[in-house]
Amino acid sequence: MFGLKGDWSLDVKERYFTLDDYSGAVPRWCTGCGDHGILAAIHRVCRDAQITPEKTVAVSGIGCSSRLPHYMNTYGFHGLHGRAMPVACGVKSRRPDLDVWVATGDGDCFSIGAAHWIHAMRYNMDLTMLVFDNGIYGLTKKQTSPTTPLDVPTNTHPSGALLPPLNPLTVTLGITNISFVAQIVDWNAQLRHEVIKKAHEHKGTGFVRIIQRCPVYVESIGKGLQDEPTRMQLLTHEKGVQVDDSVKRLFPNHAEHDPTDLAAALTIAANDSILPLGILYHNPDAICYDQISSVGLEMSTDERLAGMNQALDHFAI
Amino acid sequence: MSSSQVAGDTKYLFKRENTWWVKVAVPRQLRSTLGYDLRRSLRTHDIDVARKARWEAIKELRDKIEKSKAAHGAEAVEAGSKPVEKGNGSRQAARGAQTIDQHIVEIVSDSGEGAQKCGQILGLVSGKMGNGVWTVEIIPAEIQPPAREPQGASGIRVRMGSHYVTNMGNQADMVVAFNEQVLYSRISNGAYKEGTVVLLENMWAEDPEERIRNQYREALADFQARGLVVYELPLQKECLKLVNDPRKGKNMFVLGMLCRIYRRDIEKAKDEIAKIFKRKSEKVIKINHDLFDAGYAFARDNIDYEYEIPSTDDERLKSAIVVNGNTAAGLGVMAAGIDLVAMYPITPATSASHYLAEDFHLTGGFVHQAEDEIAAIGFAIGASYAGKTACTITSGPGIALKTEMIGLAVMAEIPLVIIDVQRGGPSTGLPTKVEQGDLLASLYGSPGDSPKVVIAAATISECFHFVIMARKLAESFRTPVLLLTDANLATGVQPIARPDVSDEWFAPPLDQSAWDEQVAPYDWDETSGLSERPIPGMRGGEYILTGLAHNRNSKIAYDTASNQEGADMRSRKLAALSATLKPPEVHGDPTGDLLIVGWGSTLGAIEEAVDLARAQGKKVSSLHLRFLSPLEPGLKDIFAGFKKVMTIELNYSDDPDAPLINEETRRYAQLALVLRAHTLLDIDCWSVVPGHPLSPHRIGSVIDARLEKLEGAE
Repeated sequence: MFGLKGDWSLDVKERYFTLDDYSGAVPRWCTGCGDHGILAAIHRVCRDAQITPEKTVAVSGIGCSSRLPHYMNTYGFHGLHGRAMPVACGVKSRRPDLDVWVATGDGDCFSIGAAHWIHAMRYNMDLTMLVFDNGIYGLTKKQTSPTTPLDVPTNTHPSGALLPPLNPLTVTLGITNISFVAQIVDWNAQLRHEVIKKAHEHKGTGFVRIIQRCPVYVESIGKGLQDEPTRMQLLTHEKGVQVDDSVKRLFPNHAEHDPTDLAAALTIAANDSILPLGILYHNPDAICYDQISSVGLEMSTDERLAGMNQALDHFAI
Repeated sequence: MSSSQVAGDTKYLFKRENTWWVKVAVPRQLRSTLGYDLRRSLRTHDIDVARKARWEAIKELRDKIEKSKAAHGAEAVEAGSKPVEKGNGSRQAARGAQTIDQHIVEIVSDSGEGAQKCGQILGLVSGKMGNGVWTVEIIPAEIQPPAREPQGASGIRVRMGSHYVTNMGNQADMVVAFNEQVLYSRISNGAYKEGTVVLLENMWAEDPEERIRNQYREALADFQARGLVVYELPLQKECLKLVNDPRKGKNMFVLGMLCRIYRRDIEKAKDEIAKIFKRKSEKVIKINHDLFDAGYAFARDNIDYEYEIPSTDDERLKSAIVVNGNTAAGLGVMAAGIDLVAMYPITPATSASHYLAEDFHLTGGFVHQAEDEIAAIGFAIGASYAGKTACTITSGPGIALKTEMIGLAVMAEIPLVIIDVQRGGPSTGLPTKVEQGDLLASLYGSPGDSPKVVIAAATISECFHFVIMARKLAESFRTPVLLLTDANLATGVQPIARPDVSDEWFAPPLDQSAWDEQVAPYDWDETSGLSERPIPGMRGGEYILTGLAHNRNSKIAYDTASNQEGADMRSRKLAALSATLKPPEVHGDPTGDLLIVGWGSTLGAIEEAVDLARAQGKKVSSLHLRFLSPLEPGLKDIFAGFKKVMTIELNYSDDPDAPLINEETRRYAQLALVLRAHTLLDIDCWSVVPGHPLSPHRIGSVIDARLEKLEGAE
């Protein structure tokens, strides 16, 4: 019924949603999996924004990350491997009133769903797209993914991944009509929350690549980064994400980066020696396809009937 | 052991199921009474015995023909009495217009010469004059194939009748050819007969290239040897009097000629020409009208053929629209109140989306061109999940790619209309050509049990109405519905009764009322398997749809009982739908010797062939199925009324007389296979994959052969 606003004043509403209102089944992810933290961040962003649960749809593909909709108490669509984006875009296309979230993974998005990733970025529908990138196929038990680092052993490449990993950021930044590209690690709650919040607030596709720990199959990837924060670089800017000093201390490398500067974003993303964290690119003015695809929704039955007869007239003899 | 290859003399002989038969051709004027040929079994499997025995049988059959000839007497007029081409163009037609029941005319050219436009107008004008019409385009695979090559033939066939026309008919009566080479493509398709009149562009006789002159000369002799009645006409020369480049414009000259020959309404034709060029200048319209007039005058002065095809008072043509099957389907999408079409370009389905891209806004809809076939159906599924009515339109290769998504829609019970405009397969197959090859893929092309509704439109009118039905079925039964049409319907143009649109056809508005939390998202009714679905936005209905096995609450099923229950409930819906269907109606007597069963676009040709056979006293009827899943009820009872039941289909089956083919190895046509399993009856089939529609004649000879085999067996 009521809740506390950010400034501690009382906000009286007909319905006020707590974290519980967004929480579904008990997650079945492994202990120590980075997905737990991401889920918590999503719940919090939803709560803070007070989005209506029944007007919210969480869409996913297949994989560990794609179990996420089951852990939401909203509407959800746990579909096919690689195909979260077409479904999510379809949901949004004629229901711009719905708040759409997509949970996908490095295999789901960057491999089997790669075509959809590229085109969905270009459609730039108003939705939030979170890629849980743990650098491994988890659900199918440790096969090489497009982002598995070179030489990391997997069940399909026991002597180590054969090729250098795909760089999802340079690919994404190379797509026309993108509007929001960010990168975070799952283990910093504040950065995680602030970036996901920004992605959600953004009008357009908020793409966030989340470096996510899989302690069961490739502990070394996440742990390596956690142990060596100097391998990462925090992007700071007044137009970027704002974090407090604790975060800045945790990630000692900082770089001032204007997220409206696409060329600079590409340069940063292409630098394989250091992992950028924060918002790489943000363009609030890119065309949103859902505004185009939702034309004609308000048409009345009479107008449709008249339109139908007009269409038939074109062929009358 | 069947050996089909016999060395040496097999004149007049052919082999059916290990028995030798003789066959004697029937002269054309007697075919309406005797059929194409007369056959008799020699009741032997030994070629040497057959060779000796044949002469007596042949004599017997020839006597029968002679007797029939005598009975025919003076009526036996050679069809297509030859006209006189009158050199200087001064004389009027000597005998006036001959009234005919119907005529089939083709216009064949290189790609880009406008033959199709010419034929379309001829068809349209004929429709407006109250004739039954069917036009079908002859489309080469490439956009700009090389000139003067048979494979590059581009053109159109127009069948005009004094009755409602349901198919493209048999061999053409007349053809206008812009060069002789393109005619070969149609000859190899069996499009012509002895006596077909060919109005041939003669400019090639004087082509600067010797090779072309030779080709022309050789072809001319060959056409005559084939019995075609060729008239060489100076089309190019005549058009040059009006335009510099007759490649653009010759079609209108030809239209003028044909309008004279078939006594078409000049004003109506000119109106259509003006409509086609409405976006161009007045000058363009005038030059095309001039070309039309020149062609008309040329035919009046030089061509002695003139036909009158009386109009029909068929109710369907009283208030008609002229459309092809794809446009009809597009209009059906709009009339069904469908909100979104997601598609990926694929021949021959795309023109439906082209049409929707023009007019869908009139009913508030949107066409999404997706990045691929999978994304197209995924997008439609997403929209449907969100409570909007969605449709995806594709062809066979697209269905193959969409298979996993169709399975998801079945598993998660997502309403969806999927239109499959079938073409030749497998693989890329015959992109522009017709086949009924996707039936089994539609029914069974999915891992696991994937019950869904599959219906097939048999007419252009049904391409419209079945989309409306499909939308309703999809929502009522919470299931994907596959609507099969094909390239024949897609490109066939016909006047059909104008639909009287009702807002009851429209999908109901989006329901956002609260959902009773006590009701599960899959609250299956034990008897029917049916359940209502919550739509995002409905408070209290929140659920996670999943493609995994799930229980009534849409929770992932980790137990065996839930998986069994879900499968039962999904399948039960088909039985529930079946219970609402009526048994199909037999065309012809409900009992007899032979029942032909068909589905899809072969309806018109099958019924025309059956009507002809029945007029000749043959005890044959036909049955055409619209519902393939579930099948219409009562089939076994209907089949019991006939000595033999066979399907005729445009898909592959083994010829029973082919090498190595016997009862164990024979692979049946797709519907035949389904019906055999469904009824446990020994249902036969005849099917081929020629890439073009079946003509009534071809079906007629199949009927005759099957009836003879029945007689032979008695």
